[in-house]
Amino acid sequence: MLKSILAIALIGAFAAPALADEEAERQAHWAELKQAVFGERPTVDAAGLIALEAPKRALDAALVPITVTTKPGADIIGVTVVIDDNPGPLAARVTYGPRGDPSLLALRVRVNQYTYMHAVAETADGALHETAQFVKAAGGCSAPVGAGEAESLAQIGRMKLRLGEVVAGKPVEAQLLIRHPNFNGMQMDQVTRLYTPMKFVQQVEITLNGERVLAMESDISLATDPAIGFRFVPRAEDLPGKLKVTVRDSDNTVFEESFDVPASGS
Amino acid sequence: MLDRRQLILGGVCACCLPLRRARAASFAALREIAPGIHVRRGVDEEATPANADAIANAGFVIGAESVLVFDPGGSLADGTQLRAAIRALTPLPIRHVVMSHAHPDHIFGAGAFLEDKPAFVGHARLAAALATRGDYYRERLEAVLGPGAAGPVVMPTVEVKDRLELDLGGRKVRLTAHPLAHTDNDLTLLDAASGTLFCGDLLFVGRVPALDGGVLGWLKVLEGLKAVGAAQAVPGHGPERVDWPAGAADLERYLRTLVLETRVAVRDNIGIEAAVERVGAGERGRWTLFDDYHGRNVTQVYKELEWE
Repeated sequence: MLKSILAIALIGAFAAPALADEEAERQAHWAELKQAVFGERPTVDAAGLIALEAPKRALDAALVPITVTTKPGADIIGVTVVIDDNPGPLAARVTYGPRGDPSLLALRVRVNQYTYMHAVAETADGALHETAQFVKAAGGCSAPVGAGEAESLAQIGRMKLRLGEVVAGKPVEAQLLIRHPNFNGMQMDQVTRLYTPMKFVQQVEITLNGERVLAMESDISLATDPAIGFRFVPRAEDLPGKLKVTVRDSDNTVFEESFDVPASGS
Repeated sequence: MLDRRQLILGGVCACCLPLRRARAASFAALREIAPGIHVRRGVDEEATPANADAIANAGFVIGAESVLVFDPGGSLADGTQLRAAIRALTPLPIRHVVMSHAHPDHIFGAGAFLEDKPAFVGHARLAAALATRGDYYRERLEAVLGPGAAGPVVMPTVEVKDRLELDLGGRKVRLTAHPLAHTDNDLTLLDAASGTLFCGDLLFVGRVPALDGGVLGWLKVLEGLKAVGAAQAVPGHGPERVDWPAGAADLERYLRTLVLETRVAVRDNIGIEAAVERVGAGERGRWTLFDDYHGRNVTQVYKELEWE
């Protein structure tokens, strides 16, 4: 019992490392998180296999753009993004399917306090490759709901897809936008003293003509109106085709949308 | 660079100052910009204990029977000084305190006027904005100014849904509530007799604008304000007065540039992080505090326009 409480305290939201031995504590915190997410499996330093790009100091802690890139052809089956000191550290866990291309994953996240972010790639042989970036930003999770969230709620489930150039056999660049307030349960209404209930995007699945591009599990760390930048590889027989998106949120509400992928061009 | 907690205050830098009580702020001199209309200029700085968050313009209008305050100051101390300045000029009762919008640098002086029992007048959406953000603003402001120094969150007692005319005795002023622009609760005041328009933060002059609403809405509201027939305007930040509508030119150029260049970035699939570097770069050097707010403004505009 004590052990599990301790584990929650260590892994949980508000582990704010003290100044002394701060770096060591941050590393210890990451070790705990890693075990919670991946179990006993060891991770190795990325060595060029995975890179994480994030602003060192965020302009808007409620919308921090991050980009994970992996080495093309590296046989990566999944990418996980962890924001160590966020209330829900596991920001996104992406699994790629046969039509997916893991060379790029772009997300917009919330950052609640100065923190390390980690990106971990899993290769088909089961190996885990990690990389880290320290980000200075604060307040992105607990800042009160603004006018933007009201608009998102009004248009909840609306989606947009932006496509780069389409050529059969080549990776196509795409960005999916999902209207969703992604309420994280930490935003307080000061009159009622109640927190705006959690309601956030939990699962996103993208398929091309029924074949998986990617599936993502996410948590409260994604920004309002989640955005996912990704790549997929259509074969000649897939074009023209349909990209289908299925989004499930924490209330178990499902939003579906399907987008035309032209035979060629953009 | 400031993080969201600070920016959301309209630029209260909470990170780099020790907790301490506000010292008596040096209260800027009042300027009478039309007969009976006085403005105290806010300094183009972030909130500090030294400036007591007197960083936005605050003003008042004296009628034959009463006084109306348009933005009561950025902290209890600032409001107290503003009230003393009014009392030094006129013994007339202060019957209205107008709060132009929910940002703390404009309204936390309201607590200094509670003893006057005025009508606290705000946009119909001001109460909701203060309900969700008021305590948060107060906590963040007190992290800079010191415990208790911000003042209470004063809720509006009179709400303006569309328009409201107030009579100060031989002097009628008109309040207008606007749709989503700088925020979702912007209120302006027109004194027709002198042709003076109090804009609140719908007008920034010199200090880089901060966007907390919608850029397209803001441009549309500005169009309307330019046509109200005022000869001078009081910006929320900047000099006590500017010629009107000429004084809107820089703000319009800034907002239009953001819209045009962000649309290009969205169209060309330039991501938000690259857009922040590029969009509006030509505006750097034309505004104070540019690097503290501009990147965040671009982020806001991008978020809005990518759904077009």
